[in-house]
Amino acid sequence: MTDIPARAAPTTASGGSALLTLMKLRTFIALIAVLVFFSIAAPNFLSAANLILMAKHVALNAFLAMGMTFVIITGGIDLSVGSIVGLCGMVAGYLVLNGIDLHVGYTIYFNVVEIALITLAVGILIGAVNGLLITRLNVAPFIATLGVLYVARGLALLSSDGRTFPNLVGKPELGTTGFGFLGAGRLAGLPVSIWILIVVALGAAYLARYTPLGRHIFAVGGNERAARISGVRVNMVKMFVYMFSGFCAAIVGLIISSELMASHPATGESFELNAIAAAVLGGTSMSGGRGTIGGTIVGAFVIGILSDGLVMMGVSSFWQMVIKGLVIIVAVVVDQAQRRLQQRVTLMQMAKAG
Amino acid sequence: MSAALDHDVILKLEDVSKVYAGTVAVKQATFEVRKGAVNVLVGENGAGKSTLMKIIAGVEQPTAGRIMLDGNEVSFSSSGDAVARGIGMVFQELNLFGNMTVAENIFATREITNLFGKIDRKTQELRAGEFLDRLEAGIRPDTLVEDLRIGQQQLVEIAKAVSLDARILIMDEPTSALSAAEVEILFKVIADLKARGVAIVYISHRLEELIRIGDYITVLRDGRITGQEEVKNVDTQWIVRQMIGSDAKDFAKADGHQPGEEIFRAEDICLPRVTGGMAVDHVSLSLRAGEILGIYGLMGAGRSELFDCIMGRHGHASGEIFIDGKHIMERDTTRRIRRGLALIPEDRQREGLVSILSVASNLTLASLSRFVRLFHIRGGAERQAVTQMVRELAIKVADPTQEVSSLSGGNQQKVVIGKALLTGPKVLLMDEPSRGIDVGAKADVFRTMRKLSRDGLGILFATSDLDEVMALSDRIAVMSNGRLTGMFDRTEASEAAIVAASALGHGPAPAHPAPVNGEQSR
Repeated sequence: MTDIPARAAPTTASGGSALLTLMKLRTFIALIAVLVFFSIAAPNFLSAANLILMAKHVALNAFLAMGMTFVIITGGIDLSVGSIVGLCGMVAGYLVLNGIDLHVGYTIYFNVVEIALITLAVGILIGAVNGLLITRLNVAPFIATLGVLYVARGLALLSSDGRTFPNLVGKPELGTTGFGFLGAGRLAGLPVSIWILIVVALGAAYLARYTPLGRHIFAVGGNERAARISGVRVNMVKMFVYMFSGFCAAIVGLIISSELMASHPATGESFELNAIAAAVLGGTSMSGGRGTIGGTIVGAFVIGILSDGLVMMGVSSFWQMVIKGLVIIVAVVVDQAQRRLQQRVTLMQMAKAG
Repeated sequence: MSAALDHDVILKLEDVSKVYAGTVAVKQATFEVRKGAVNVLVGENGAGKSTLMKIIAGVEQPTAGRIMLDGNEVSFSSSGDAVARGIGMVFQELNLFGNMTVAENIFATREITNLFGKIDRKTQELRAGEFLDRLEAGIRPDTLVEDLRIGQQQLVEIAKAVSLDARILIMDEPTSALSAAEVEILFKVIADLKARGVAIVYISHRLEELIRIGDYITVLRDGRITGQEEVKNVDTQWIVRQMIGSDAKDFAKADGHQPGEEIFRAEDICLPRVTGGMAVDHVSLSLRAGEILGIYGLMGAGRSELFDCIMGRHGHASGEIFIDGKHIMERDTTRRIRRGLALIPEDRQREGLVSILSVASNLTLASLSRFVRLFHIRGGAERQAVTQMVRELAIKVADPTQEVSSLSGGNQQKVVIGKALLTGPKVLLMDEPSRGIDVGAKADVFRTMRKLSRDGLGILFATSDLDEVMALSDRIAVMSNGRLTGMFDRTEASEAAIVAASALGHGPAPAHPAPVNGEQSR
């Protein structure tokens, strides 16, 4: 999570004003500000139990926001993640309860690990559909993923006729027990979902900084034509980011079903907007080419802590929305100001250099 | 036009300075613009020409000094002010709206409207057509600007400036993307404007051009004016001396090495045009290791398209290519790069660079796999390659992690070249490698080309600059209207023959697809 200044660091390496450094760390400062504010304003805010609870809330949005970050860096957008969350939750719930009926008198039941893998595969597959629509059929990302948003939500509702799959405890004789581990289990005192978040975030940050694929993601977002001429397989890069986004959404679907021990087809509605907000708050540029995983995670924490903290203070949910919106707008305004300042500083450095 | 002394000074900059945060772009420059004459301004990139012109055009305000128009002191707070006083400008960077038609661009902010404020599209297109006809551009006013090639866009930009009916017309590198024929037409238009008493300020890197059409010349170096003369009293040597302080050789000399075996062959490359006809019409050519093959052609001759076909950028192109005698079956750019092809595209900004990434990331973008173990980019190996390339190509950059957009045009071009070289190509395709860069950087680029050919690379380079193609090539191919219309050895090539061949494609179709070799020996 100390990753935010990492990508921005090289440009300041040779000095720069204190203000600029402050602005670069703005998301981090915002995070500390909300933490300090709520620890004073809301009782029990800093208790370990509350912090862990909030982290679990934040994790859900953070997963989606990471996938969203890569998509936005390539210059795209993925509106379908909320629906993928819902559909994947239903897939997992269906498999735990019903297995797959082969219509020849047999029904296959999978164990929980297999169910998790199948669910992840479904998420990746839907991401691949997004990717194919965008790369092969040249549908604008906004429209393609909007279409998939409706289709996936519709399928989720169809899978149970709109009902909830309740009571996903499974049957020991079928080996389907233990589904609750993802949502409720703990390892070394931390919830499993937090561990997964840490692993996926480290993996994504590594991918962004140290692999050719990561570099290519930034190149595609910065200048797709130049990337193509440089031999970057633009279509493959785009396929990857949407599939990764689908993968992240599937994780969220699994975790939520596991936490509730039930799958509801409306789960995840409007999650995509929170994910976009977290990415933007973390410094991802909607025009592509800029963004970091670390920044996005911090952005997700700011949004998450803000809403949880306001709930604890008893602020009405209507005001919460107003405040969240203002925070996002301020973040982008500061981002623009930083960019202008950055240019000035660079100019001055060039002038000094001769 | 004979009595040069009759040219009244219409605009005068007195002791004008312009300071940007920390840098002095223009230092106490005194510059006179004379009516009915071409006032030439020349200097290396970063010498302050564009800044000086932006001051005249009202885009920038001087930090110190006075602007005298018709003997009265004036100050422009915006380009609108300057336009209102009859000052028009053709900008170096094209300032056009790609999503609008040519006519809409020409009349942008001065739309012709009817009584109710509705834009009168017909009249606009008619009027725009008149201006375009004067430039003999063959551009329909209802085409979208983004559908035009850069050269044509430049013509639109010129038409737009001419349509302002300005008393003072500033042209910043108007010919950088124009073909020889179009340059001629532009010069006719300039002569016409001159005769009508318009004062023209003309900026260009092409010295022959300046000598040909200029009446007064002003040389800038590091923001200072280092020479002011009547053009008839000067020669290119004098200009270059004022510009860079000493005599400079334009082109790196050939070192007399002999080309080796054939390294690249293209057979029967065809690319159909969307609008019918062929953009590349049955072109075949072969290139030897260590050879520089210049492809000369006017705009629209199909040079860039040929390169695109060779790189596999068009799925619907046909034809075969061979490297080292081996048939290349791969049809996509990625794998062709791996097989040893590399392209330096004509349009640096749009196709060459990812401007928000660093110099280092741009340099290694095409060759990342070289620095990868498993899937991990080895930072040390990458930095080492970057440092070496920066040194080898003399890229002027303080820190390779700087954004590439902070470099000057010439250095950006070197980054594009470095990116191609890092892929370890056998055949290098260079599309207008010297476009829009200053004399110093040009010389560097040409020197690099020589060095690469000595190292055994085959170089195909496309240009519309006759001097360049004559000075650098071992052999010269000429393209016209998609066809290969001439192939000359340097020893037997003459400018006249090349120019003649460059017009052949528009004549009646010859019996054989492409007459090759010894075109002018008849």
